[in-house]
Amino acid sequence: MAKVLVYIDTPGENLHKTDRELLTLAATLGEPAVALVGELGDQVAAELGAYGVGAVYQPSNAGLDELLVAGKAAFLAAAAEAADAGAVLLGNTFEAKEIAARAGIRLSSGVITDAVAVDESFAVTKAVFAGSYTVNASVTTGRPIITVKANSVEAAAPQGGTAPAVHPVDVAAPAAARITGRSEKAPSGRPSLDEARIVVAGGRGVDGDFGPLEDLADALGGAVGASRAATDAGWIDHSAQIGQTGKTVSPQLYVSAGISGAIQQKAGMQTAKIIVAINKDPDAPVFEIADFGIVGDLTSVLPQATEEIRKRRT
Amino acid sequence: MDETTPALRIAVLVKHVPDTQFDRHLNGDDRTTDRSESILSELDEYALEAALQLVEAHGGDGAGHRVTAVTMGGAGAVNAVKKSLQIGAHEGVHLTDDALAGSDASGTSRALAAVIRHLGDVDLVLTGMASTDGETSLVPAQLAELLELPQVTFASSLELRHDGGAWHLTARRESDNVAETVESTLPAIVSVTDQINEPRYPNFKGIMAAKKKQISVLSLADVGVDPSEVGHAGAWTRVEDAQPRPARSQGVIITDEGDAGRRLVDFLAEQKLL
Ligand SMILES: Cc1cc2nc3c(=O)[nH]c(=O)nc-3n(C[C@H](O)[C@H](O)[C@H](O)COP(=O)(O)OP(=O)(O)OC[C@H]3O[C@@H](n4cnc5c(N)ncnc54)[C@H](O)[C@@H]3O)c2cc1C
Repeated sequence: MAKVLVYIDTPGENLHKTDRELLTLAATLGEPAVALVGELGDQVAAELGAYGVGAVYQPSNAGLDELLVAGKAAFLAAAAEAADAGAVLLGNTFEAKEIAARAGIRLSSGVITDAVAVDESFAVTKAVFAGSYTVNASVTTGRPIITVKANSVEAAAPQGGTAPAVHPVDVAAPAAARITGRSEKAPSGRPSLDEARIVVAGGRGVDGDFGPLEDLADALGGAVGASRAATDAGWIDHSAQIGQTGKTVSPQLYVSAGISGAIQQKAGMQTAKIIVAINKDPDAPVFEIADFGIVGDLTSVLPQATEEIRKRRT
Repeated sequence: MDETTPALRIAVLVKHVPDTQFDRHLNGDDRTTDRSESILSELDEYALEAALQLVEAHGGDGAGHRVTAVTMGGAGAVNAVKKSLQIGAHEGVHLTDDALAGSDASGTSRALAAVIRHLGDVDLVLTGMASTDGETSLVPAQLAELLELPQVTFASSLELRHDGGAWHLTARRESDNVAETVESTLPAIVSVTDQINEPRYPNFKGIMAAKKKQISVLSLADVGVDPSEVGHAGAWTRVEDAQPRPARSQGVIITDEGDAGRRLVDFLAEQKLL
């Protein structure tokens, strides 16, 4: 069985949810192996073993993290060759897509992004044109390199296993820009937009106060997103922007509040399973794609919903 | 900064998008309505604007800097270059060849890399950020790999400085949990976000001046690419089939009569989302 190499950046103490999803998928396609940039702690090693990972490839030289993308891509390509991987799987973040892109050139291999399903022959299902088409695509040259969207696979519960063998991989540092400053943003304590199963998003109609949206998101265990009008106004961090020039999300539930539903906004959310829209204007275009729409004022509807959820839970 | 800064050559990659990409009735403000008629991808306008601002920050047109708008594709593609010349690019390059049809990201990247090599003295390659889907988001990274240049993607600010006999760039990038400062020497390839600037419009003077600007039309042979490396023949991926997804239909719409929050929770409970 061919090795399916999963790219993992820095797991921290435990594997991230998306890492576990990729490992689960890899195990259905072949023999899972891992290319790991960061440190391999005991707990992560045990978890990898439990997902059936027999081999972990790590860069033998430090400092790849300071090189923008190029270093990690060079490492991934070298690891894929060392493992003689039949295919390579990554997450679907902007950085992961770029690492995939560059590794593709190094390995003379085709790259497919935004996969929602991958079958045994590595044929990929994905949505294109802002979700208006479903496409089946495959890699025809080289080792298939596929970036997989979060929540595309249900992560299996890890079982037993033994810690994998570690193989160092030499990487020559390529021409790259250097990251010379980094300021961490305060963590919100909420799930990331990429991974969240529920997203509560607000627009210009929020009028400066995201409090009612945050409360509802917390009651539902969701993430908070925004339209560009809201991020441009500075009411919320730019990284919360959903749409053509922001994030693309496909959660189980997307709650859109005070957002008109411009085409650039829809591009980032219309593959959500269920869309709920709250807007004062009965003619707002967002209602055209809503499964459940409320013509009303978000400042009264959202707090009432949050309170009702809390009440039903006690 | 040095007293004598050498002339910069900036290549901006631009593409033509059909007018229909943006649905007109949805665009509330004038700006987007106007842009829906644009023939230059609006995301590329930010890259062109960034190039023009860099030129202005370093002595302007008089300093000998050159902004070259580069595009590839069929006859229509040249419109993106023409528009760029009207906005302020100094010259245009249009790579066109029947063999380019059906290029995937890697083929597009190989062709564009060949154009940049052909131009020879490019200090900075600028691109817009890609749209949310389409493998085109891979192109800046693949170009950097092919040209062995440092890549800075998703820059939300970009500055150049010349010292020690070389150009240096400083950019900012924002992601979910970090804001990064990134530095590199030139040559380099940079993609910019829609946060970086407010693109200008062509004015009458620009439109007139554009008529005198040069557009070089190149074929694959001119840039030394074998037709088998691009287009359908050179693609490393294949789309097997494409199904239009059923359009989302409108569900239940209610008007708040004081209990809509609770009715929303009823709906979520029915959908097993609580
Ligand atoms: C190149 C480009 C890229 C873009 N990329 C993106 C993108 O990635 N994402 C994005 O979102 N946009 C993007 N846009 C902008 C997009 O075109 C719209 O301008 C934007 O989405 C509008 O945001 P909005 O819906 O919050 O604001 P508006 O269109 O102003 O809508 C506000 C809505 O709130 C409602 N409202 C007001 N008060 C209340 C209240 N109290 N209760 C309930 N409802 C209320 C109003 O009825 C209205 O429908 C982009 C535009 C361009 C040109």
